[in-house]
Amino acid sequence: MTVIRARGLGRDFGAKRVLRGLDFDLAHGGFLVVTGPNGAGKSTLLSLCAGLLAPTSGELTVEAERAEIGYLAHEPLVYRELTALENLDLYGRLYRIPERRERIGMVLERFGLWEARHERAGSFSRGMAQRLALCRALLHEPRLLLLDEPYAGLDDAGTQLLDDELQMLARERTLVVATHEPERVSELATSALALA
Amino acid sequence: MRYFGDVAALARKDLLLELRSRDTLPAMVLFVLSTLVVFHFALPAETSETAETGLLWVALLFTALLGLVRAFVAEREQRVLDGLVLAPCDRSAIWLGKGIGVVAFLALAELVALPAFALFFGPVGWELIVAVALADIGLAAVGTLLAAMAAASRARELLLPLLFLPLVIPVVVGGVGASVAAQPGRYLAFLALYDAVFAILSWASFEYVVTE
Repeated sequence: MTVIRARGLGRDFGAKRVLRGLDFDLAHGGFLVVTGPNGAGKSTLLSLCAGLLAPTSGELTVEAERAEIGYLAHEPLVYRELTALENLDLYGRLYRIPERRERIGMVLERFGLWEARHERAGSFSRGMAQRLALCRALLHEPRLLLLDEPYAGLDDAGTQLLDDELQMLARERTLVVATHEPERVSELATSALALA
Repeated sequence: MRYFGDVAALARKDLLLELRSRDTLPAMVLFVLSTLVVFHFALPAETSETAETGLLWVALLFTALLGLVRAFVAEREQRVLDGLVLAPCDRSAIWLGKGIGVVAFLALAELVALPAFALFFGPVGWELIVAVALADIGLAAVGTLLAAMAAASRARELLLPLLFLPLVIPVVVGGVGASVAAQPGRYLAFLALYDAVFAILSWASFEYVVTE
């Protein structure tokens, strides 16, 4: 079953053409790694797949409901003035996660943020903010994961943690990972897309 | 019921953010108070009640604008609005939650502004209080929608007043009318109608404002 299907996909921002004539399919359980230099359109492609942007040309079909998509953006998409726990609780409510508190506790533990759960997200280091962003993206156990530079800002321990997590996720989820470090996920990837 | 649970979670979040950052409400209170003080000293002693009431409404309108300019600041930083838009809740819940926050901040600012008006200019009647309460709903309904539109724009500080002020002229007409007319009922009904029409329009169109 195809989860993402793109045909002649294009996206312009004003006069600037970021993506053009892109064709690809991603099957259920697949792992697509997206590479390319800065400005090639990796983040734009992920935003299109998440439904945050609309294509300006071509077709893009994503066979997943909003509740089934987990999206990790460049920014953590969390409120700086709220604590890690409050941010995840808000998203947990909006995603209607059953046994929300347990699930939040579990992801915070897994990403090493349990001790910092009462600290405001604005006080987090870049690496901690990235871990919190990963917690937010994975909180509702999405079927389709769109990860934009997931290793950005992570220290060695965080990188190892994410490696393990991706290994586990790749077995049961569909993933699209945009990265400058394709070698980190090359063993897991089932297909690759190089944007120019 | 889940819809209202989402709205409650989003409104609670806005109140918590304000409690932590104290970015908006102190500015609104300070602005409306200083405006009334300026009017008090600037107006001649023989100024009519209608003019005084009109100036109160001008002060309230710009106080609301001040709050609305900051309404989506937290969502704009770190692109949190994208996170909310991706959540599977009805997107109008984002508008309603934010609107409730705006009404709460306006009401708190008016808790200071109306006694100050009474102190500087004259008594505040029940019709003015009802008119202000109705106006808050209309200002928040329209303002929250426009603030979300402006938040996506680079010229947001310019765009919001340009869109907001023409659309809320009826609120000033209804508010001043209800405050000074011998029979304020007609004006209060007009304000209630404005609230209903613009709340429904804003509620229904918010989804298209926050998505492409």
